[in-house]
Amino acid sequence: MKTLICALSAACLALAATLAVAADKPTDPQIAHIAYSAGVIDVEAAKLALSKTKNPDVTAFAQSMQKDHEAVNDMALALVKKLGVTPEDNPTSRALAKASEEKRAELGKLDGAAFDKAYIDNEVAYHREVNGALETLLIPSAQNPELKSLLETGLKLFQGHEQHAEHVAAGLK
Amino acid sequence: MTALLNRRQLLAAGAAVLAGGTLARAHNGTVHVTIDKLAFQPAEIEVKAGETIEWTNRDPFAHTATVKGGWEVSIPPGKSATHVVTADDSVDYYCRFHPNMTGRIKVIA
Ligand SMILES: [Cu+2]
Repeated sequence: MKTLICALSAACLALAATLAVAADKPTDPQIAHIAYSAGVIDVEAAKLALSKTKNPDVTAFAQSMQKDHEAVNDMALALVKKLGVTPEDNPTSRALAKASEEKRAELGKLDGAAFDKAYIDNEVAYHREVNGALETLLIPSAQNPELKSLLETGLKLFQGHEQHAEHVAAGLK
Repeated sequence: MTALLNRRQLLAAGAAVLAGGTLARAHNGTVHVTIDKLAFQPAEIEVKAGETIEWTNRDPFAHTATVKGGWEVSIPPGKSATHVVTADDSVDYYCRFHPNMTGRIKVIA
């Protein structure tokens, strides 16, 4: 069973446990749901950041997250429609959603430089975690070649986001 | 001497083609770079000062061609953008939004 390097604090154990008990391999409808949910979560985090931050680098980063994740999710929706696949809710998606709600609540209490740092640190950790899941679980499990190809593009995109977040984090010192 | 140099250049060009044809030369003063699935294609180009580089973004994502400490070109989704090459433009560049996207420009005489 593949394990994830989990960086989200409180919900970490819950997520790891969920992935451990999930069926060996997620199905394509489950994979589509997990990938889509992961994108929605980052768009929500970006919206929160845009409502709070005054830092131009953090603003530019959050705008990029919102646009990129919306664009790749639009591609995902177009693909599942074309393939006649209905994304299927599953324990991994629910664990991701629960962890992100807790994180958003935590971030919501912070302001100014403390918010900026916590948001960007979490973006580094979150993208790292999602990329780990894509590499070790979602891409290898995907059956449909077009879905696999879209996930591979998603991985390159999110690896770029991870590096962008690291650059912004280095500038916040 | 000139013939020797030319032969050597030819060999170098041949080697580049064999190595996957990553080097591109300008046609009519413009060298084209396509961005597709978060990659600059070709990643490496040879240009002369005064020629134009044109990036065409086939992704639905905004990209840039950014030189650290230097110039930056914004390349919106589905659009093209250009840069006129100067003599000191032998540089590595990357995308500000996706720093895992990298390219190289070599200015030749
Ligand atoms: Cu980019």
